[in-house]
Formats: sequence, C-alpha cells, structure tokens
Amino acid sequence: MTGTISKKFSGMTKDRVKDLLIQNAIVIVIFLIIVGIIIKQPAFLSANVFRNILTQSSVRLILAFGVGGIIIIQGTDLSLGRIVGFAAIISGSLLQRVDYASRFYPDMAPLPLIVPLLISCAACALVSGISGWVCAKYKIHPFLATLGMMITLYGVMSIYFASGAPGPQPIGGFDTRYTNFVIGSTLGIPNLVIYASIVSVVVWVLWNKTTFGKNLYAIGGNPEAAKVSGVNVAKTTILVFVFAGILYGIGGFLEAARIGSANNGTGYGYELDAIAACVVGGISFSGGIGKVSGAIVGVLMFTVISYGMTFIGMDQYFQYIIKGVIIVAAVALDAQKYIKKT
Amino acid sequence: MQEYLLSMKGISKSFSGVRVLDDVHLEVRPGTVHSLMGENGAGKSTLMKCLFGIYQKESGESFLNGKPFNFTDPKHALENGVSMVHQELNQVIQRTICDNIWLGRYPTKGLFVDEKKMRKDTLELFERINIKLDPATPLHRLSVAQRQMVEIAKAISYNAKIIVFDEPTSSLTEKEVDLLFKIIKLIKGQGVGVIYISHKMDEIFQISDDVTVLRDGKYIGTNSVENLTIDKLVNMMVGRDLEQRFPPKTNVPGDVYLSVRNVTTKYAPVVHDINFDLRKGEILGIAGLVGAGRTELMETLFGVRTKVSGEIFMSDKKIDNSTPHKAIRNHFAFLTEERRATGIYPMADITFNSTIANIDAYKNGIGFLQSGKMLSDTDKQIAAMRIKTPNKRELIRSLSGGNQQKVIIGRWLLTNPDVLLLDEPTRGIDVGAKFEIYQLIINLAASGKAVVVVSSEMPELIGITNRILVMSNGFMAGIVDTDKTDQTEIFHMATKYLNQTREAQE
Repeated sequence: MTGTISKKFSGMTKDRVKDLLIQNAIVIVIFLIIVGIIIKQPAFLSANVFRNILTQSSVRLILAFGVGGIIIIQGTDLSLGRIVGFAAIISGSLLQRVDYASRFYPDMAPLPLIVPLLISCAACALVSGISGWVCAKYKIHPFLATLGMMITLYGVMSIYFASGAPGPQPIGGFDTRYTNFVIGSTLGIPNLVIYASIVSVVVWVLWNKTTFGKNLYAIGGNPEAAKVSGVNVAKTTILVFVFAGILYGIGGFLEAARIGSANNGTGYGYELDAIAACVVGGISFSGGIGKVSGAIVGVLMFTVISYGMTFIGMDQYFQYIIKGVIIVAAVALDAQKYIKKT
Repeated sequence: MQEYLLSMKGISKSFSGVRVLDDVHLEVRPGTVHSLMGENGAGKSTLMKCLFGIYQKESGESFLNGKPFNFTDPKHALENGVSMVHQELNQVIQRTICDNIWLGRYPTKGLFVDEKKMRKDTLELFERINIKLDPATPLHRLSVAQRQMVEIAKAISYNAKIIVFDEPTSSLTEKEVDLLFKIIKLIKGQGVGVIYISHKMDEIFQISDDVTVLRDGKYIGTNSVENLTIDKLVNMMVGRDLEQRFPPKTNVPGDVYLSVRNVTTKYAPVVHDINFDLRKGEILGIAGLVGAGRTELMETLFGVRTKVSGEIFMSDKKIDNSTPHKAIRNHFAFLTEERRATGIYPMADITFNSTIANIDAYKNGIGFLQSGKMLSDTDKQIAAMRIKTPNKRELIRSLSGGNQQKVIIGRWLLTNPDVLLLDEPTRGIDVGAKFEIYQLIINLAASGKAVVVVSSEMPELIGITNRILVMSNGFMAGIVDTDKTDQTEIFHMATKYLNQTREAQE
C-alpha cells in the first residue's frame, strides 16, 4: 500500500517536473545559450553590452507591437519590413543636412523633426490601412493581403527612391538634430530605449484599458461572437492595421537615423524577426492571446541571442540555424500547453 | 391582445420554391415557459431565425408587447429585448466573464473602459439570477454549464423580455440541468417569456407551461402542458401513433467474441477498470450521464485514447488496438458521436464519404484507385441502407442528418467489421429515420456482428439492446440484462460513483 502511494507520488512529481520543464522550455534553452555565451566570453556581462542590447531591441519592439496586434486578430503582416523601409526613405529624404552634397531635395529648407515623423506615420498608416481594408472588406486572409502590399509597396518606394535629385543612391548625410534625437542619450539612458518604453506604455494602455483593445482580443478570440454582440469587426480590423502602420512609421523614422542611411532595401526581412519575437513571446497565431510583456520578452530574448552569438564570433550562418530552430521549438512547445492528451 | 408578450401569426417562408414555414403561429404569454416542439426539419429553427431577423418572413405578422416589429438582425433583436442562448455557445473563451457580457457596449469613462462599473453591474446581474462566479474569471476556466449561466446573464443584461433556449441541456449533467431550471423559473418569475426548444420529453413536461408543436413546417397546435401526455405530444409531432418505436429484436447472441479486461486509461477524463464480454450477434448498450466516460470508453477500445493497463481479447486471442489503424485491421468500426465534426467530410461526395475508411481495398496493382469499383460499392450501400439521395456524386452535406448517418454506417460496413462501436447513432436524427437506424443495427447483430451502442436516450437503449453496461463517473457501475431492468434502476446505477474520487476508489 505504502509502496503504491510512494510510487504514485514520485510518478506525480516526475510528471509535474516534466510539465514545468515543458512550460518553460524555451526560456530555459535561451538561458542556457546565454550562460554558454558568458562562459565563452565573460566580457558579455557588462553594462555596455546590456545597453547595446536594449538599444538594439528598441526599434524591434515597436515593430513587434504593430504586427503583434495583427497576430492577435488571427492575422499576420508580411509587408512590415517594406513599410518600415518606406518610412525610413521618407524620413531620411526629408532630414538631410543642408550642406550635404547629394541631397534628395537640394533646395529644401530644414524641417522641424516632427514634420517628417508625422508624414512617415501618416503614409504608413494609409498603406497598412489599405491592407486592413482589403482584409475586412473582401475577407482576404492578411497573409495574402500583406503579401500583395509587400510587393506593391516595394515598387512604389523604389520609384520614390529613384526620383530624388541624385538618382537612386543611398540617402545619407542626416541632419544632426535628427541623429542626436535618435541615437543620443538623456540622463545616461539611450533615447531609443526611452521611446520604446513610451510606446510600450501606450500600447499596454490601448490593449488593456480601451474599448478598442477589448474588441481587438474579442475579434481575435471569436470573431462571430464579437459580431453578434455588435462589435464593428471591419472597423476594428482596419484600425488594428492603421495602428500597426503608425508604429511602423515610428520604427522606420528611428531606424534610418540609427543605421545612418536609408535605401529601398532598408527594412527587408524585418517582418520575420518581429513575427518570430511575438511568437516566442507567446502571442498566439490562433488568435485572442498575447500580452505586451510577451512581446517585450520575445524581442529581448531574440536580441540577446543574436548579439551574444555575434559577440563570441559565431559564424553568421550558424546563427541562422539556431534562430530558426528556436522559432519552431517555441511554437511547438507553446502548442504543447494547449494540446489535450488522449 | 396584450395577453401575449410575443405573438407571431401566420408566418410563412420559402426557400427556392419549397415552403419551409406555412402559416405558423407562436404566442408566448409573459412569465411562462413556452416549449417549441417538432422533429428535426419541422421548422423550429427557421421560425426562430425569422424571429431574430436572420431570415425575413414572407407573410404574417409579429407583435412584441402588442407592437408590430420586424428585426433586421440578431443585434437589432437583442436591443429590443429578444435574445437567444445558443446550443453552441458563442463566446470569447480567452476573455473574462465581464468582457464577454459587456462586449460590444463597454461602459467608458473618458477614453478608457470603466472596469469598476462593469464589475459592479455584472455582480448585480448575477445576484438577480442567483449565480456565484467571479466576474474576472476567464471563460475557459468555466464548465459548459457555467458558461451558459454567463450567456443567460448577458441576455438579461439587455433587459430581455423574450429569451430563447435552443437545446440548452444537451451537454449538461443532471445536476447542472436542475440549476438551469431553477434559473429559468427565476427569470420567468420576473416576467420574462421563455421559448424552450428541446427534444427531451421529460424536460418539456418538467419545465413548460405551454407547448407549440410544428410538423413539416406547419402549425399543429398549442396546448397547455396539463392537457398533454407524452403519447399525445409524440402523436402531434410525428402525425402517427408510434406504438412501434422500435423494431423487434430478431438478433440471437452467440458465443463470446470480445473480452475487455481491466481497461484503464492514461489521461483525463479517465475510465477505470472496465470489464465486459460481448457476444457475436449481441447488442450491448452503454448508459450513463454526461461525463460518465461512455465516449472515452469507446475511444479507448478503438485506440484513440491511450490505455495505461488492461487487455482486449478477440475469440480468446489478445489483440493490440493501440491505434485506430490497428483497430480497423482487427475489424473494429467506430461511429463517432459528433457526426459533423468527426464523421462526415462535408465538402466531399457520397462516394468519397462511403469509401474513405476502406480506401486501400480499391488500389489496383500499381497503387491507383479504381473508381469503377468505388462507385459500384457506393451504389450497393445506397441501395442496402436506403439512402435518400439524387445520386452518388451528391455532396454529403446536402443530405439530411439521418441519411448522412446511413452513409457513415455504410462506410464502416465496407470495411467488413466484426465489432461495431456506435456512439449516439441516432443523435440529431428525426423520429422516422431513427426507426430505420434501429432496424439497421438489429439486422447487423442478427447477421452475427457484435455491436456496442452508446446512447443518452434511455428508451432507445431499452428498445434495441440485449444487455446494458452502466457507466458512472468513469467507473463501471454494472451490467444488466435489458429484459430485467428499467429506467429507474439504470438511473440509480448511473449515479453510483458520482461522489467518488480516484483516490477513494483505490
């Protein structure tokens, strides 16, 4: 009798340990990778590295919030990278130094920073809003609507890129006000980190405290239920895309100055990083589930790993292999939590 | 006129020239439960869709509180105090009770949602119908019954005057049904008119004040429940006496064929230590309340669920049914409970649906499928089962429930099974077609097949089986001879282990 009980008991603990391991497997794996990196290069543990990681995560996080909202309503956004590039070209072309040799608009007087930022955001909100409208109106899956937008927009931005005075060449020589605004620091904190923090707070409030946020989760969880309860599903869908566009606009504005130049290839592939970070952070493709904290964790983990792997001088192609495996493993392990065993 | 809260008069509706509602009436008095009865296809759901504005009626008049109305969509109906608790609950299960109840009309304070007011209003609402749940609980943590309570609360929050319940008890336990009925009585006491749709006779007599019966889209009559008996009601519904609801049991059980010994499953919901023998030509019924583990037992025998212990013998030889594929090779067939979800391929035709479980048999020498043989086998099944269909290329979803079920049974018969596991074979099938399914099952047993039938309808089990195994809370409460038992005994057995936990049993 006692034998059976203790057997049962140990069996249960074993199961519980297994469950705990599965629940947190991806965090454990990433933690182990970080430990490995630290052992290989103890210098990784420094304030400077920490600062760099936060800075590198900032723009990614802003972009992840945009696509995260779309993932919550059971969608995805392939056009993210191109929209970011579009914003980067617009911002860059409007904010070059007056004395720079090959200016996009040679005779333009310096603009207040806010003007190019607003123009970028408005342009991106329009572009992304069109995708949202197509999804809502014609019931097209966002994968396809944004695939089309990604290709179309590349054409549009390349034409714009080539239309500048110096022809199709990288847009650089940015106004120092612009670069300082983006890559400078305030009280020792990198500006980018401050901007990402502000955006995080705004997104958190929007997702959790407003009707828009509640409708976002409701549509993602059960569109039919939302519809019969009188939620304007089409309007909310378009708003989700418009809001994502605004975030991409901010992201592109910051990214151009962070890199120091912009061309029609800027941003290419960013959508995959952002989507991967969301998924690793627990924003579920099945819809209706996802938190601001999840996006933050996802983005940070990804940046720590890529930064760390580069830090120890790992071959870039190896890095791709590890990142790819982490994405699939994260999703597979996440799914384990919800799969019913029979 | 004012006597009725809701009054629908002379409602007619056609689809592509076919009259599905023909001069139908429904008049509901305030503070009463009005049951709407009829076989499947009688027009109950069409009538409700006309009420909610999902369909627009062609002729007739509707009055709410004496005022004519014509809703344009369910939202419009909701805002005018007409709401529905759906059979399949339409909720956002990831979100909290509060978020679900106020979805689409969140109270706001400036830019933000007023969470405090939402919580306060929800608690007040719960108090009115006497339910005790924390409004901050996400719905996925609630039972189906509790989620239904939330749906009722939501209906009431719209100041509902009419609440329609569409088969609300289909997935509730006995105890939960009691609680639901208490709530229905409570809201009826507050002057609400309840329209109650159910196929369960005992419930109708337990809860209704009035009953309206429809048949083939026509209005048959409205009666106060005191003036009705089950026989009279069934008579109104089917239009003929159903003395003979079940065909004679012509099957003769032979030698023991299948033996199940000490079968226990690994994962929840667990079935514990199941033992039974099944003879050739025998029909064994499985009875039990919802959640007793009947379907889980079938799934375990068929290899869908994992066994932690126990053995299955066929003619005294141990067999391995650890996957459905192996079970099929051991000549098992399993008709699943959820025909729409796990039975039919709705977008495929009858031929595909008939041959899919036996597809290997149609391969020729080089692995291509022989469509001629598939079509001729389908023809044979259509004739043998008397499936009503224009042709064998018809999409299965365009057939009635009874005919779909016949196609699925035919599918399994093509695999030439020896053991048939039938889980709720007549669910969602109208009375006439049920008889044909019963006859089919008895014929199969008479031809020497061993049959297991799971059913929630006690008369059905008593009507067609030879013995009945009663499940209770995952345990086997016993096996009784059908001739020597009655519904009362089976019900008592079904409640035997209700308070039993696994530890107590061990």
